[in-house]
Amino acid sequence: MEDLIIASETAQYIVIRLGQEQYGIDIRYIDNIVRMQHITRVPKLAAYLKGVINLRGEVIPIMSLRLKMGLPADEESKSARIIIVKLEQYGTIGMIVDEVREVVTLDLDTQVEKMAYDKEDKNNFIQGVGKYEGGLISLLDLNIVAQEK
Amino acid sequence: MDVSQYLEIFLDETTEHLQNLNTQILELEQDSENMDTINEIFRAAHSLKGMAGTMGYKRMQNLTHDMENVFSEVRNGSIKVKANMIDILFQCLDALEEYTTNIRESGDEGTNDNEPLIKMLGDILNKKAAGESEATAEPAVKSADDSDGRKWLEINLNSTDKMVIGEAQKQGKMVYGVTVSIQESCLLKAARAFLVFKAVEELGEIIVSNPSAQDIEDERFDLDFSLIMITEADVDKVTAAISNVSEIESVLAENLDLSVMQLDEESREAEEHKENMRKETEKSEESTAVAPVATQVQQAAQTAPAPAAAAAKQPAAAKQSGGKPVVNRTVRVDIEKLDVLMNLVSELIIAKNSLVAASEATMAQNSGTAQSGINEQIEYLESVTTNLHESVMKVRMVPIESVVNKFPRMIRDLTKKLNKKMELYMSGEETELDRTVVDEIGDPLMHLLRNSADHGLESAEVRAQRGKPEVGSIWLDAYQDGNNVVIEVRDDGNGIDTESVKRKAIERGQITPEQALNMSEKEIIDLLFLPSFSTAEKVTDVSGRGVGLDVVKSKIEALSGEVEVKSRLGEGSTWIIRLPLTLAIIQALMVEIGGEKYAISLGSIQTIEDVMPEDIKLVQNKEVIHLRGSVIPLIRLDKELDVTSTRAPEENLTVIIVKKGDKTAGFVVDELQGQQEIVIKSMGKYIDNKCKLISGATILGDGEVALILDANALI
Repeated sequence: MEDLIIASETAQYIVIRLGQEQYGIDIRYIDNIVRMQHITRVPKLAAYLKGVINLRGEVIPIMSLRLKMGLPADEESKSARIIIVKLEQYGTIGMIVDEVREVVTLDLDTQVEKMAYDKEDKNNFIQGVGKYEGGLISLLDLNIVAQEK
Repeated sequence: MDVSQYLEIFLDETTEHLQNLNTQILELEQDSENMDTINEIFRAAHSLKGMAGTMGYKRMQNLTHDMENVFSEVRNGSIKVKANMIDILFQCLDALEEYTTNIRESGDEGTNDNEPLIKMLGDILNKKAAGESEATAEPAVKSADDSDGRKWLEINLNSTDKMVIGEAQKQGKMVYGVTVSIQESCLLKAARAFLVFKAVEELGEIIVSNPSAQDIEDERFDLDFSLIMITEADVDKVTAAISNVSEIESVLAENLDLSVMQLDEESREAEEHKENMRKETEKSEESTAVAPVATQVQQAAQTAPAPAAAAAKQPAAAKQSGGKPVVNRTVRVDIEKLDVLMNLVSELIIAKNSLVAASEATMAQNSGTAQSGINEQIEYLESVTTNLHESVMKVRMVPIESVVNKFPRMIRDLTKKLNKKMELYMSGEETELDRTVVDEIGDPLMHLLRNSADHGLESAEVRAQRGKPEVGSIWLDAYQDGNNVVIEVRDDGNGIDTESVKRKAIERGQITPEQALNMSEKEIIDLLFLPSFSTAEKVTDVSGRGVGLDVVKSKIEALSGEVEVKSRLGEGSTWIIRLPLTLAIIQALMVEIGGEKYAISLGSIQTIEDVMPEDIKLVQNKEVIHLRGSVIPLIRLDKELDVTSTRAPEENLTVIIVKKGDKTAGFVVDELQGQQEIVIKSMGKYIDNKCKLISGATILGDGEVALILDANALI
């Protein structure tokens, strides 16, 4: 993934909100964004795995980004969405976020600060920080988010 | 036994394995330490060897066997993968591909022994610097081209001919080998040949010709023919006499050296074989009707070079040179197209289920009369979709016959190889399974049978000592059991020696001695399914390398089946493979537990019971019920699934009696919701195997997802 970023000058990110923080998800991984819906619980799974939903005839596993990242559990809200991402290694996964804000285009040379991946830090899912209109966006590395720890 | 009907399967599978080998060896070149790749190559070579052996392609089997040996050493870490080794391996693959092409075209593997390759593989094994001489790398093709037109060298001499030649040479007569080529433009080849024969006969005596005089007369030869003659005239005279005949391209006559003419066991066999066939053909010709097949047989026998004797023993239908292998006269449909059809049927069933749900919802609102008409139509639709589903399933079903029928031959060969007496009894060959399953099931079954033959059955002496019949028996039984197809491989051999399995596992460091003490018999038997586990003391051609059981298990599980072993030391073992009849759509009972909906496959359900709380007994602190004479353990699904039951403790329990294999249990559920046809869906790669209790998911009529309980994991 890093190689790809180096290769292109700019990259597009979908900005989402989790609690008070803004995160960016690389748009190339995103398959779909759907409203919150009933999730069928699957027993015996880690807490952050909420279950499965039916997305147009396909069964898709759903994870809570909040729980995965060590934040308090999701609250019911009208703005909550499920972002459906496709990862080569893990297949299709739905990720629950508090809100989807906008799509931004960041210049990789001037607007993105890459961060070294720290294996020791269990809660580090960030591959870099983007600066956009005065605010900061933490750019998520989805492969690390999906990884079991 | 006629193996020609498996030719196509064999070719398909071989091509697949070769492709796989090519990819894997390429990977190995990049990463020579990767154990997965090495294991994969080893397995593919092993399967190839087995298949080639079953089909009777000896040369192919030899080559793959040696390749396998090399990989066995690589796997054990005693040989490191080097660049020249990769080169040799690729050459081996090319050679195998050549065999396959030959087989595809003529049903015969050809005559190339690839001795240089086999030697190089041997060199690797002996840790000599292999591949030093690149020249030997070129496979030596023994063909007509090598003998620069001296095709008479290919003539097979039987012992009488040899005697006559020897006698003539003693008397000072000359023996010549002659090859005559006729011009391509020649219209009456037979006539020209006849004139040549006549010219030669004026000078001396023709001992033998290739093709035979009869065939030449019938013009059943290409542009050249060869003969061996005895004469007092010199070579030039013979050449001149033959050249005098018009439309002759070239004449090649030479003194014959008896030592050049090989007359080994094989060629003699071939000669006798040919002789027999010729007689038969002649007989049939005498009896007026010339069967076209017989003619072809003769032709094939005539043109087959001597070393093809092994192949010549096979039925002639498999080796009509130049012809295509005979294919059944059915419409062949790409399995992918059937998959698409199947998916569409699945969609249709989901849509139908939605319609049923919607209609029930409206029914609840207005109890109108118009509703009954809709209901009728829905029921009609229901029966149509069910029938459609069944038909599509049936199209995909084939009897397992095509797979199991190659086994008797294999057992026969094993009898010789292992020097054990054994008999294979098969039943239920007509049992049908999904085509994809049948394609995959061959390898695992072959492994199990070889396992029984090699490890299971004792030698005749031991059997006699133990008071068993000298001839060991292996059974292969297939039958349908509810929604499953069961295939059993059974033998009356020694059974599994759990002590020796334990010892071996400790030796290999797979378990500690402390662990071994506490292991149940079943757990010990499960050790056999670990990769590269083998109790055999020595590696044989048949088994003992530890490939096999882990492959068997993973193959069967990939088909959503299961393997079970029953064994009694001294009496034999039974391997039971259980496969689902259908892979995509099943009949299920929908239940509710703690407000959640779950599906249980109808195939495993025996009965549904209403149980009063006071009927529950405790055995070893576990809840059981007495049901018609048997004690059945209760499994409270609410506890298993971490939910709270909606029923009060004093209420009666609804218990579903489920049977899997020989195990029975009672599942306690809150509500029954009725039977439904469900489409099995994967839960997605991310969580598919994370919950053992759930085997999949399905989409209900209202769009909700319900999980399918894996009765097997629960029991």
